[in-house]
Amino acid sequence: MKAQNLKIKDYCRISNNKVLLNDKLLFEDPTSDFTTFIKLAYKKMDTNYPKFFKMDDLSKLGFLATDILLKPMTQDPEMPKNIALVFSNSASSLQTDRKHQKSITDKENYFPSPAIFVYTLPNICLGEISIKHRLHSENSFFIFNHFNADYLHAYASSLIKTEKADEVLCGWINCDAEDYEAFLYLVSAEGSIAHKKEEIIKLYTTK
Amino acid sequence: MNKIYLSYNNIVSSLGFDSPTVVHNIHEGLSGVTLIEDENLFPSPFYASVLDTDKLGMAFEKLQPNGDYTRLEKMMILSLTKIIKASGVALTDRVGLILSTTKGNIDTLDPRNPMPSERAYLGTLGHIIKNYFGFTTEPIVLSNACVSGILAISIAKRFISQGTFDKVFIVGGDIVSNFILSGFNSFQAMSPLPCKPYCKQRSGINIGEVAASVLVSKDQKKLVPEAVEILGEASCNDANHISGPSRTGEGLYRSILSAFKEAKVGSRDIDYISAHGTATNFNDEMEAIALNRLGLDTVPLNSLKGYFGHTLGGSGLLETIVGMHSLYHNTLYASKGFTELGVSQPLNIITATTSKDLNCFLKTASGFGGCNTAAVFKKVES
Repeated sequence: MKAQNLKIKDYCRISNNKVLLNDKLLFEDPTSDFTTFIKLAYKKMDTNYPKFFKMDDLSKLGFLATDILLKPMTQDPEMPKNIALVFSNSASSLQTDRKHQKSITDKENYFPSPAIFVYTLPNICLGEISIKHRLHSENSFFIFNHFNADYLHAYASSLIKTEKADEVLCGWINCDAEDYEAFLYLVSAEGSIAHKKEEIIKLYTTK
Repeated sequence: MNKIYLSYNNIVSSLGFDSPTVVHNIHEGLSGVTLIEDENLFPSPFYASVLDTDKLGMAFEKLQPNGDYTRLEKMMILSLTKIIKASGVALTDRVGLILSTTKGNIDTLDPRNPMPSERAYLGTLGHIIKNYFGFTTEPIVLSNACVSGILAISIAKRFISQGTFDKVFIVGGDIVSNFILSGFNSFQAMSPLPCKPYCKQRSGINIGEVAASVLVSKDQKKLVPEAVEILGEASCNDANHISGPSRTGEGLYRSILSAFKEAKVGSRDIDYISAHGTATNFNDEMEAIALNRLGLDTVPLNSLKGYFGHTLGGSGLLETIVGMHSLYHNTLYASKGFTELGVSQPLNIITATTSKDLNCFLKTASGFGGCNTAAVFKKVES
């Protein structure tokens, strides 16, 4: 059965003001805040997608990590890909939720904005990615207190085994008051790392 | 592959605190949508489907809980208590817990709320529910906009097929909050009147609150009489826009096609469609286009939003449960609020509650982020 021999093809990490692809450092800017860092990383990666600047922090983070992994694969519009997106985090969209709450708490200063409200759902990030990479695929956004390799492994395996997806982009995209972290990996029939829970944990914890 | 079923179920809503009462009230044509005047929720009066706080409090106190719980936690605990008890399922490491919600305890972000704002973390909500009942597995919280409730059923099925669990309890829910009302109002999506899905006079959505729960199991023994088998399901993104549906209904069209493929059914096998029908112009029009592309325009269809409003992360689950009862009673329930077709393509909207032999139904949902989910359910042969 297909799912028995699945591999991890590539993985990308964005955290501590560094961008890494398969452990190779692509960009680093140790001193800037998140807003500046992610903008500089976007420029360095030659992403060229003006809608990026309208996104909230969670979507920017997920979008950029995904773009690094999928850009080489999804450039040909004639060759649509069935890559499922299975993301998770602990803070959902709370960073943006707090912004929307702030805009409605004071009745004298009430200014809810649709441009902010739309990002008060974590799966909006999946929508942004689906648009850019023309993915009409399975999307799920899970919330766990901590990175959960067990569930991600089982769910990605099941999507490929039941032919709901050819490949699965999996991982953790989190933005909270104090910190941010992106770790995404592509589950595929190709690659050199076995798609096993232990390998996923190893890749996730090697920072 | 093993067959997988939806069995024990419960609805805690403005139309009652158990499925039979709620379904009876739908049969009677009652709606839970009423005019609400509460400045803490919204500056002007608005139509919504809201639970009676005193009734909820009284029902919850009967459980003799230790500690303080939020409104949504009370609703979810109340709903799950009934099905865990009735099913007699022991909460071993083979039993999963899935929560489906868009915003969870979002009301705790409001500085006037007495609960700490940390309660707004959805993982915290998951663990509160887990600990209340003593689940031994890690809770899975799904937050995938308005398809969450139906996608949660797909995900439960997939985890059972994959061998992770034998049984999964799903609880889905969201509350009416100033957060949600102000947001949908900023989109100019709120109707000034009770909503009218697919109708020419439709003018937007009503928000509603609900907690619904269901037991998903591969065990054909001990099923409830209204149990259904999940024949097929799928979820596809529009890849088009983050806050509006595709004009061609692309994601919904693909979801239904893919669910049909897994279910090994075609349009002619579907006796009833429980559609999304939010009563916004764009959503209802998009659904009409997608359903016509699949030749589903003659199949009897309703939206239940006229009874419950749009209950967000609970809606797909709530509406699937009503669909189970619809099959069991061989009854098509009227699509409340509908008078005259107001979409560009034909649809067979159920205008009056009628008896009809039913075997198989299609449930669909669509939401922000371009997500769409479809699932096909069939009566269990007894």
